[in-house]
Amino acid sequence: MELTGAEIAIRCLQKEEVEYIFGYPGGAVLHIYDALFQQDKVKHILVRHEQAAIHAADGYARSSEKVGVALVTSGPGITNAVTGIATAYMDSIPMVVISGQVPSFAIGEDAFQEVDAVGITRPCVKHNFLIKDVRDIAPTIKKAFYLAKSGRPGPVLVDIPKDISNQKTEFVYPDNVNIRSYNPVGKGDSAQVKRAVQLLLEAKRPMIYSGGGVVLAGAAAQLTELVRLLGFPCTTTLMGLGAYPATDKQFVGMPGMHGTYEACMAMQYCDVLVAIGARFDDRVVGNVEHFAQVPRKIIHIDIDPSSIAKRVKVDVPVVGDLKLVLEQMLGELRSSKQKPNPTDLSIWWKQVDEWRVKGGGLRYKNSTEIIKPQFVIEKLYEITGGDAFVTSDVGQHQMWAAQYYKFNKPRRWINSGGLGTMGFGLPAAMGVQLINPGATVACVTGEGSIQMNIQELSTCKQFHLPIKVLTLNNRYLGMVRQWQEFFHGNRYSESYMDALPDFVKLAEAYGHIGIRIDKPSDVEPALKEAFARKNDLVFMDFQTDPTENVFPMVPGGKGLSEVILSEDL
Amino acid sequence: MRHIISLLMENEAGALSRVAGLFSARGYNIESLVVAPTEDPTLSRMTIVTSGSDAVIEQINKQLNKLIDVAAVMDLSEGEHLERELMLVKVRAVGKDREELKRMTDIFRGRIIDVSDLTYTIELTGTGHKLERFLQAIERDLILETVRTGASGIGRGERILKL
Repeated sequence: MELTGAEIAIRCLQKEEVEYIFGYPGGAVLHIYDALFQQDKVKHILVRHEQAAIHAADGYARSSEKVGVALVTSGPGITNAVTGIATAYMDSIPMVVISGQVPSFAIGEDAFQEVDAVGITRPCVKHNFLIKDVRDIAPTIKKAFYLAKSGRPGPVLVDIPKDISNQKTEFVYPDNVNIRSYNPVGKGDSAQVKRAVQLLLEAKRPMIYSGGGVVLAGAAAQLTELVRLLGFPCTTTLMGLGAYPATDKQFVGMPGMHGTYEACMAMQYCDVLVAIGARFDDRVVGNVEHFAQVPRKIIHIDIDPSSIAKRVKVDVPVVGDLKLVLEQMLGELRSSKQKPNPTDLSIWWKQVDEWRVKGGGLRYKNSTEIIKPQFVIEKLYEITGGDAFVTSDVGQHQMWAAQYYKFNKPRRWINSGGLGTMGFGLPAAMGVQLINPGATVACVTGEGSIQMNIQELSTCKQFHLPIKVLTLNNRYLGMVRQWQEFFHGNRYSESYMDALPDFVKLAEAYGHIGIRIDKPSDVEPALKEAFARKNDLVFMDFQTDPTENVFPMVPGGKGLSEVILSEDL
Repeated sequence: MRHIISLLMENEAGALSRVAGLFSARGYNIESLVVAPTEDPTLSRMTIVTSGSDAVIEQINKQLNKLIDVAAVMDLSEGEHLERELMLVKVRAVGKDREELKRMTDIFRGRIIDVSDLTYTIELTGTGHKLERFLQAIERDLILETVRTGASGIGRGERILKL
C-alpha cells in the first residue's frame, strides 16, 4: 500500500521506537501533523516555542540513552530551533530534528515562511538533509537516526518540503545503513592502548581527567573501575559530572574556571594526564600557554580525532569508542604484572590532600539574615537524597549546582556546557521528566535564565510535568555582575534587572504552585513541602544574596594554578 | 606553510558548501578550491590549496575527514605530487605586440585559442608559479582579462586517492 511522505515520516519514527516528540505545528508541516493525529504510538508534546522543543528533546536524550526528536515548521519554526540545535551540537547530543519546508517548486522564490534551513543549520549539525523525492524519506530518516547516535553523537536535521510530505510511495524501512564515507570507530589501536597503560603505570604523579564523552559512551562503570584499579585521583569536567561518583574519596572535584583548588593544581602539576572523552576546553585548562609550561605527558582518548591535539600537544592519542577503549585498558591492566608504584602514588596523594586542605574545600559564609545560593543547593542535595535529575540554566546558579550537588550517577546532571544557553533548564527538564516518569526532576535556574523560556510553564501544565523549579533570584545577571565587579571596576552595565515579575503570581497564573522564600530558615521547609508534592509543579522563588560570587575562580586568560580561592584572599 | 589537499566526496548538492563553510567557520585559509565529478559520477574530487602551521593543517585534515560526505582525504604535499592549473588570458594584440605575444606564448608552451582583430586569448597550463611568471613576462598594460582555475593535484606514481 502506498503512503504519503508524511505518513512515512511518522512510520519511521515508530520503527525507531520514538515514544515522544516535541514540536510546534505550522503550514509546512500540516501533512505531518495530520499523520501524527491518525496514530497513537508516537506521542507529541506541544511546546510554546520551538527553541523549547529542541531543548526538551535534548533533555530527553541526555537523561536516557535515546535519540531526542523534534518537529518544527519552516521559516521561523526552524530559525527558532537553531539555538537549541547549536546547544545540542556543542555537547554532542544525539537528536533528529524534522523541519517542514515550503513546497519544493517554491524553494528559492522567497515563499511565505521560507528559509534555507539546511544552510542556516549547517555549521551546528552533525549532518543535514533536504529531501527532494518522497522515496528518499524513509532511507534518509534511517540515516539520520544512525548518524545522530553513532560515532560522536550530534543533531541531524531532515528538511521535508510540504509537497513531498503529501506525495505517495511504498513504505519500506531499510534494515541497515551503509554510508561509504562514514565509518565510526570501534576499539582503539591495541599498540596505542598498551602505550597508554604503560605510561600510566610508570607515572609518578598521574591524573585522570574525564569529560562528557564518558557519559555519552555509557562508559561510567568502566571509568569507575579503571580509576579504582589504578588508585589515581580523578576529576570530571562540568559535562562529565556523575561519570565518576562525586562522593568517592578519589574524586577531587571539577577542574577549571570554577573548579576545586585540588583539581586545578593536580591538572597543572601531574606528570601524566589521561584525558578521557574531554576536550581541553578553555573553561577547563584556562590559559593554554600557561598550562603547557609545566612538562607532562598527555594521553588523550576520544572518539573524534579532531578533538585530539586541537588545543594541547598529545603524546599518546587513542581514537575509539570510550567504552571499548576503557575495557581494553582494563584488560591490559588486569593481565599486567606491573602495578603503579605505591610509594610514588602515596607521595602524590599526600600532595593532593595538602591541596585539598589549602583549598579549604568548596565553602561559603552562610548567613541567618539572607539566603546564600549555595545553601539552597546543599539543602536540595540533602532533601532529594542526591538522587534527583538536576537541570540548570546558565550562570552563577549553574556553577553552584555543579559544585554543591554531588552527582554519583551519570545522566543526572543536565546542562548546556558548551554553548552556555540561557533558557535551557526548564524545557530540558520537561524532556527529562517525560522519559523518567516518577523521577524527581529539579530545574535550578536564575531569574534571568528562567524568563528566556518561562512560557513552557504552560506546556508543563498541559502535560502534567511535576518539575520543581528553584529560581535563585538575586535580581542580577549574576555571572555578568561578578565579572563586572572583578574586571570592569564595579560598573554594573545592564546586569541589574528591575521590574521583575511576581514569580509566585506568575506560576499561579500558569496553574502551578508558587512559593517565595525570603529567609534562610524557610529554605528547608519550603524545599520539603515542594518535593513532597509529587504531582505538582512547584515554582520556588528564592530571594538570594545579590552580592554572592562563585569561587574558586580562575580568571579568564589565567592559568590553572592562578586560581582565586575566595573573596577574603 | 602551503599545503595542497585532495579529497573525494559524495557528488551531492550542498557538499561543496560544507567544505567552504568549514573553512570560513574555523578561520582556515583557502588559496584556491577546485571541484568536479570524477569518472564515477557519484563522487567529486576536490583540490584545496591552503596554508597554516602544522597544527592547523592537522586540524584541517581531521575536520575534513569528519564531514559526513567526505570519503577520503590526502595531503598531497606530504609526498611527491604534481599540480597543474589552467589560465586563460585575454591580451590586447595589435601591431608589433601581436608577434611578441605569439612568441612568448610559444616559449611558455601556451596556445592561442581565440583571435580577433584586437585581441588574443591565450591558454596556459602549469603550476601556479609558471602562470605568474608568464603574466610577469608579458607587458602588463596588454592584459585585458585573466581567468585561473586554481590548482588541481595528483600524487606521483603509485600514490593514488581512490575509494
